[in-house]
Amino acid sequence: MGKKYGKMIMNSVGRLVPEEVNGEKQIAFQGVGKYIPEGRKYSPYISSCVNFPADGNKLVGSLKEALIKSGLKDGMTISTHHHFRDGDLIANQIFDIAHELGIRNLRWFPSASFPCHSYLIKYLQDGTINRIEGSMNGALGKFASEGKMHGIGVLRSHGGRYQAIQDGEVQIDIAVIAAPSADAFGNANGVNGSAACGLLGFALGDSQYANKVIVVTDNLVPFPCIPWQIQGNYVDFTVKVDKVGEPEKIVSGTTTVTKSPDRLLIAELTSKFCEQTGIIYNGFSYQAGAGGTSLSIGIYFDEILKKNNWKARFIRAGSNQFPVKMLEEGRVDYILDGQTFDYEGIRSMRENPNHVDTSPFTSYNFHGKGNFASIIDVVILGATEVDLDFNANVVTHSDGYLMHGIGGWQNCLAGKTVILPIPLFRDRIPIIRERVTTLCGPGELIDVIVTERGIAVNPLRRDLIDKLKDSNLPIKTLAELKDEAERICGKPQAIEFEDEIIAIVKWVDGTVIDTIRKVKS
Amino acid sequence: MNNLKCETGIAGNRGTAVKSDCYVEISLTKSGGIEIDLHSKVEKLFGDSIRELINNMMEFYQIGNAKVYIEDFGALNFVIAARIEAAIKQIINDERPFLFEILKQNRYSTERNRFRITRLYLPGNNPSLMINAGIHKPNGIILDLEDAVAADKKYESKFLVRNALRQVDFYGAERMVRINQIPAGIDDLDFVIGNFVNLILIPKCESAAQVKAVNEKIFSIKIQNSLEENIWLMPIIESALGVLNAYEIASSCENVVAMAIGLEDYTNDLGTKRTQKANETFFARSMVVNACRAAGIQPIDSVFSDINDMDALASNAKTSKALGFDGMGCIHPRQINVIMDNFSPDNDDIRKAQQIVHAFIKAEENGLGVVSIGSKMIDAPIVKRAHNTINLAVRLGKIDADWLQNYNGNN
Repeated sequence: MGKKYGKMIMNSVGRLVPEEVNGEKQIAFQGVGKYIPEGRKYSPYISSCVNFPADGNKLVGSLKEALIKSGLKDGMTISTHHHFRDGDLIANQIFDIAHELGIRNLRWFPSASFPCHSYLIKYLQDGTINRIEGSMNGALGKFASEGKMHGIGVLRSHGGRYQAIQDGEVQIDIAVIAAPSADAFGNANGVNGSAACGLLGFALGDSQYANKVIVVTDNLVPFPCIPWQIQGNYVDFTVKVDKVGEPEKIVSGTTTVTKSPDRLLIAELTSKFCEQTGIIYNGFSYQAGAGGTSLSIGIYFDEILKKNNWKARFIRAGSNQFPVKMLEEGRVDYILDGQTFDYEGIRSMRENPNHVDTSPFTSYNFHGKGNFASIIDVVILGATEVDLDFNANVVTHSDGYLMHGIGGWQNCLAGKTVILPIPLFRDRIPIIRERVTTLCGPGELIDVIVTERGIAVNPLRRDLIDKLKDSNLPIKTLAELKDEAERICGKPQAIEFEDEIIAIVKWVDGTVIDTIRKVKS
Repeated sequence: MNNLKCETGIAGNRGTAVKSDCYVEISLTKSGGIEIDLHSKVEKLFGDSIRELINNMMEFYQIGNAKVYIEDFGALNFVIAARIEAAIKQIINDERPFLFEILKQNRYSTERNRFRITRLYLPGNNPSLMINAGIHKPNGIILDLEDAVAADKKYESKFLVRNALRQVDFYGAERMVRINQIPAGIDDLDFVIGNFVNLILIPKCESAAQVKAVNEKIFSIKIQNSLEENIWLMPIIESALGVLNAYEIASSCENVVAMAIGLEDYTNDLGTKRTQKANETFFARSMVVNACRAAGIQPIDSVFSDINDMDALASNAKTSKALGFDGMGCIHPRQINVIMDNFSPDNDDIRKAQQIVHAFIKAEENGLGVVSIGSKMIDAPIVKRAHNTINLAVRLGKIDADWLQNYNGNN
């Protein structure tokens, strides 16, 4: 097939990246905090209220009608959002309609994709969709990795997505916002309705910057829809459908605490590390995700708070029943929530004013005047691989396949202490590599790797190392851990790739930090 | 094995839930060399090394033409080799084992009186549970060839257990194997001895003769292979007859260091079942404790089977310690810390013991024959118990070994 991209140049972390992809100029990564663009932000077209119904009723008959009225045509950029996770019913319908209308070469700009979206492979094959700029997981990742997507994928973090919208790198033609509750004017929220998902923060930037905005709901309420997480003043059309999402798939299965003794051990080591280094104190803040190990770490943190009669000031979440319990029992003042993962999280957000919905803008946007992420004391994240310089990979597996999105991962690296609790090997595959397959996060931002066989602290964190002088924790170097894993698993053979690139990975500032190549069949 | 061989040798496990294991089918062919049909989830990273291992093994067993079908779920080399060997031995007559080096860190012997508070059972045919067992720091790990292995997997499990003893680092845990019930278990010893196994568990033991039979076999293997490693024995009492012969069994051989009780089989044998109150097993447990104490060995309690109920486990462990046991079996790594915590002395015990040991040392220094704290005389058995408590606390890291130097009498 052969994709078009520009000359490859070396960026500041030693990765070859293209100067141009999909006909758009790219800037190579220059180092953390080095690239600071100037000028004005991108601005959408002027709209005037006289062009909209005075009675506030923007309802049209169907999604198809709304898309046609929005001027859907070849080559457009269509954005959707992942608040419904694997229970999303709208994104697939958009491209069914586009296909039916004979539209081609669309750029799909989702905030994330899920297994349900592998349905779209047929439209990626037939050219209805040119490329995905967003996460590509599972079957979509495999499809892209095998070089089958027409265009080149672009992977951005949640914050990077907002940055790209704000500085005009991505200009959205039509944003379709699936909402659990909305009024005919377009005010919408995620806390009410049968498909309640908590909040709609990932769609906020799209609503403000896209040329056309469509709100789709199955729970149409009389004006005003309160709270208006999405404001109708940005919305062009509203659509009522029978079902906007599948509730049981919206609330994902990632909220069960791990039963794996190995992962629990990693969680326990992580919390002991934070306790011994004084990272946990009365009034501290943390971010822990929804994975099994992260959840357990949150529970261990809570035990430490209880034991000392302390409370946390705030938790950045991915919320679920566990932080909610802490909030309700008074061991944390606020939950600053980017997405809710279970019904307890949704209920709490609906009922509790101290459970606050956030967006990528407030949480970690590059073009904001500061961001929350750098205020957080400790951030717990995952990774598929780490190299000896603490650089980490979160998008590809060691076999070269694109398997995960970046999510908020890169943005959270701004936290004061970043800890990656990960098993030393997964199914024989060692996690610590000479060189990560894809570099998503520079090692200078990653402080601690906790594995079941030892903890490695980034030599840049002299302060942490000093605090651990008399510790009984198994402190080792990354090289020692790597050797230990390879003694057990064997040394993996080098992976061969084709020359052709299938996707690029953006850093939070919009520069290109790495390139993903086609896997050899 | 007899000389009638199968056409296709089969070993290992497959299916969506299988991890760190593989499934192999091997059949001899007339020509075409070694054809390897490998389906591995780690193909891109370890495909070459897996093929190399298979080819080496075929060469070792002088097989020139064969079809090897293998489904791999991230198995380590010692697992793949165990599966291949088990399959090969179903199709050809060759008794030679295909052995990996014994890891340097696995070449250790254990002391007679070391702690055996926690012993983690690992099903002998399930490699995924073996690899990380040691990181949970049990006092011992038990590679189980008996009840945890299905009848049709008994044969292949022996190769896996042997390879695990040589290649898996259990991080200092005492390396134990539970063989099958005697007499079948005697043959298991051929696979186990010579791989730095530290202790053999003899299940459903009912007589001193059974222990002696195991010991004789161990002795003969050791002589044959001029092995010097120390191998301890731990019979398990699991029947009424076993209970009544408890002392005879406990004192049967010099290298019996502990005796355990298995209550599931025992209650079956009695025609009753285990209850929360455990009245039905009180006699048997006490018999085992008394027999062990009389023989100067460690009494070890049964396992607790509800892996989700940590509170019930804790109370079970407390009762067990109160009855006089020195430890329990664990069937899940998360049970280890709970059992350890409940068997180890609490701070109050340690404080009292320190007071007594301190008084004892002072008395010795002053040439006094009688130990006293204030006006209270301390009897010799109490001093001995205090020493034991202190030793335990030191070894469990609850107090420093040199605590006495900083001891001011009232901490």
